[in-house]
Amino acid sequence: MTATASTLDAAPARPGRAGYFDSTWLLWIAIIAVLLFLVVSPFIYLVITSFQAERTGEFTFANYATAYGRARYVDALLNSLKLGAVSALLAGVFAVPLAWAVARTDMPGRGLTRMLVLATFITPPYTGAVAWILLAGPNAGWLNRFYMLATGAEAGPFNIYSFTGLAVVIALYSFPYIFIFTTAALELVSSEMEDAANILGAGPWRTMWRVTLPLALPAILGGLIICFLEAIALFGSPAMIAIPARFNVVTTQLFQFFGNPVRVEVAAAYAMPLLGVTVLLVLVQRLITRRKGFVALTGKGGDRRPILLGRWRWVVFGYAMFVAALSVFLPYIFLIQSAFAKAWGRGFSLDNVSLQNFRFVLFEHATAAQSVLNSFLYAGASATVAVFLTLGVAYIVARKLVPFGGVLGFLCVAPFVIPGVVLAIGFYAAYAPPPLALYGTALILILAFTTRFLPVGYVNASAAIRSLNPEMEEAVRVLGGSRLTALRRVVAPLLKRNLLGAWLLIFIPATRELSAAIFLYGPNTKVASVMIFDMSEEGNFERLAALALILQVLTLPLLWVGQKALGRDFMLRRNAT
Amino acid sequence: MSKLVLKNVAKRYGSFDAVADFSLELVKGEFVSLLGPSGCGKTTTLRMIAGFMPPTGGTIEMDGQQISSASGVVPPERRRMSMIFQSYAIWPNMTVGENVGFGLQVRKLSRSEIDRRVDKILDVVQMRNLKGRYPAELSGGQQQRVALARAIVVEPEVLLLDEPLSNLDANLREEMRFEIRRLHDEFKITTVYVTHDQSEAMVTSDRIVVMNKGKIEQIDAPHTLYRRPKSRFVAGFIGRTNFLEGDHQGNEVRFDGFTAKAGNLEGVNGSGALLYSLRPQAIGLATSQPSGQALAVEAEISSRSYLGEYWDYQVRPLTGAKPIRVSTSPSQVFEVGSRVWLEIDPAAMVRVE
Ligand SMILES: Nc1ncnc2c1ncn2[C@@H]1O[C@H](COP(=O)(O)OP(=O)(O)OP(=O)(O)O)[C@@H](O)[C@H]1O
Ligand SMILES: [Mg+2]
Repeated sequence: MTATASTLDAAPARPGRAGYFDSTWLLWIAIIAVLLFLVVSPFIYLVITSFQAERTGEFTFANYATAYGRARYVDALLNSLKLGAVSALLAGVFAVPLAWAVARTDMPGRGLTRMLVLATFITPPYTGAVAWILLAGPNAGWLNRFYMLATGAEAGPFNIYSFTGLAVVIALYSFPYIFIFTTAALELVSSEMEDAANILGAGPWRTMWRVTLPLALPAILGGLIICFLEAIALFGSPAMIAIPARFNVVTTQLFQFFGNPVRVEVAAAYAMPLLGVTVLLVLVQRLITRRKGFVALTGKGGDRRPILLGRWRWVVFGYAMFVAALSVFLPYIFLIQSAFAKAWGRGFSLDNVSLQNFRFVLFEHATAAQSVLNSFLYAGASATVAVFLTLGVAYIVARKLVPFGGVLGFLCVAPFVIPGVVLAIGFYAAYAPPPLALYGTALILILAFTTRFLPVGYVNASAAIRSLNPEMEEAVRVLGGSRLTALRRVVAPLLKRNLLGAWLLIFIPATRELSAAIFLYGPNTKVASVMIFDMSEEGNFERLAALALILQVLTLPLLWVGQKALGRDFMLRRNAT
Repeated sequence: MSKLVLKNVAKRYGSFDAVADFSLELVKGEFVSLLGPSGCGKTTTLRMIAGFMPPTGGTIEMDGQQISSASGVVPPERRRMSMIFQSYAIWPNMTVGENVGFGLQVRKLSRSEIDRRVDKILDVVQMRNLKGRYPAELSGGQQQRVALARAIVVEPEVLLLDEPLSNLDANLREEMRFEIRRLHDEFKITTVYVTHDQSEAMVTSDRIVVMNKGKIEQIDAPHTLYRRPKSRFVAGFIGRTNFLEGDHQGNEVRFDGFTAKAGNLEGVNGSGALLYSLRPQAIGLATSQPSGQALAVEAEISSRSYLGEYWDYQVRPLTGAKPIRVSTSPSQVFEVGSRVWLEIDPAAMVRVE
């Protein structure tokens, strides 16, 4: 017996005392602490602060009374809801035909359409809003000028500074969400289901209305809800358009509560409906898109042949290009014109062309170049933290390393229901006061970005981990490798691509984040989005356009890397949003 | 001395017993199969042996040392065991050579020693020429061989296999059964093999543990298991059989359609209901009344099917209600409805619980 006992030399097992301290517990405690700090504490502070008197900190309902005491403030709430509904519906009108055409028909230029949707998707909404100010500003806007030129009229019909204008601009830059959801669903509808309808005598249009679209309906509704939430949580476009148009929405009103002096208590109280609506609708969205019975979209069941549209294919293509003209072609043409112009109003003549805007933004302006650098630094830091944090949590949850791991997973996805503006107020309430006094530091921006994008990270990380058979790691362990060896030698190499993908999916949007940054930045921590916003307030559209273009151009190599590693549509997949 | 000892091992999920009161001893070099229907707790037992999960009761010992109990387990990486997984779990980011050499690398052998041993084992499984390939470039059978090589090359104390052949097609599965047995005969590694395929277990094993609903039904060598099943479950699970209900009265036992002398049957005790198992192959069919020891029962063919290797008849004794299943060689042809004689040897009837 003793002779063979030495075979367990690595760790002689002591009878009855075979328990080993498991260091994963330490990791678990560390992760839970970080998540408490990032997610739970800002949320709790948000709620507490809304019930605190301004200076004394005593319990009070006064903030709520102030926040909802004026008709103006309540109107802003209603405006947001209206804006959300109108722009979501508009976005649906843009997205659904495109999604159907790209996913299920023989429309020409399907790849091109996808590319243009991607281009729309990576255009920050505030950049789009600026472009549309150039296009549809009353009188001076290009569309109005062309109209007057063509008709000889005194004034043009377009006015971006209106509720409709704002709704259109928001819809133009949020429709990719619906597009992504709908194509994902349509690509799973098998041709056999459509064939079944055809055999029973239904023509292609009837089949589309009665079979294909109903099957994709949950996905479309899910996308509409996401667009609605996006619209009501958006800060940049409303601030640029609604304020000159003399109406307020929730986010602009919150910003005003944050003006001098900062009334964070009232802001917190005022943010509650936004939070409530978001939580509610996200739950509804989950219910709709998870209802298995309805979604006969198993992914199996035969091939998917495109529907032949005949002559209609050019009509559909025309519509796709029309949408792309509104979201990409026109905006970029005039952004570029403006960025290279001495004065954008002087048009396309050669003597108006100059590089001075770029020179100014890059070399002369005190903080513009720094702001771009900041954006990339903070985005890089948050993406890195978020990816590793969520990977750790996803691993712990998937391998059931600790009891109640599911709670950790929940904390990672919870920020999804917290609009950026609300999150920022929570961070402000929690970490601006001493002892941490993080307000205006790089750290608070990085932490806020990390929190905002935890859900993206988590969804990707857990999908990646679930795609790994745990037996891969168990095989390492029976052969004598530790869990760490398994992570290092097997898990990490196999997940490289997924991690890079998740990193980019966080990094790219984080470089343009505005809603949270605008509440948290300080004099030395301005990011590019805030810089652009400031310039728009100064009416400095040439320089602004230059900065916005620089931001876009810097994104291209990242897109390229992502597409190389993960395939052309990596940003347009379901788990990207 | 026993290599591996499981004493009253149990695994409970809430109020559900996945494995209960499981006791088994393996001598060094023995090949034991865990056989049972899906969900009976085979994988659970194997994973407890491997150390991936603690038992909720009982203990596991290897070489006389306790390695698992409810209060703690030696982690899998310190057990010097090997395991072959249902999915093979070949690491796709490593070549065949790197996969096989991994365990040796972890054991900190020198590079040249690793190379030597990897080459040797790859020769044994006839995979030497594919050493530099990545797993994605291998067929299912080749991946299986890599998994075998990777598990054996570290000369484990115990080798665990969890349905290693279930992903292969029928022909290959048959071939690999013999391959596994051959490797066992060559390396004499103590082996626990999980399967729900009885012929797989019979070909490979020294002993078979038949499990049902988390409990051991019977542990025996393959032929004993077939010839002397102890329970109705085992008799029905291993091969096909007829269950005959008898009624013991005085010195005879009455079955449906015939009667046997109590003295000729095994395990007759007490009075009342007794259950016997009788294999279809153990019954003879004849057109005229047979002479000899066996019971002769006049009967009628009620249905038949031809399966190539044998005929499968349903034969109803004239005085009975339920037909009895009988297998004969392909040359023994009887028409449906014709009168025949059943030859039943009472010694072939096995009393089961
Ligand atoms: N985590 C768990 N929680 C609850 N019950 C479980 C859990 N894991 C396994 N079981 C149950 O324990 C029983 C035994 O499972 P096990 O995987 O050991 O079956 P098996 O014999 O290997 O079956 P198969 O042949 O299908 O692989 C099953 O009924 C299963 O449902
Ligand atoms: Mg199993």
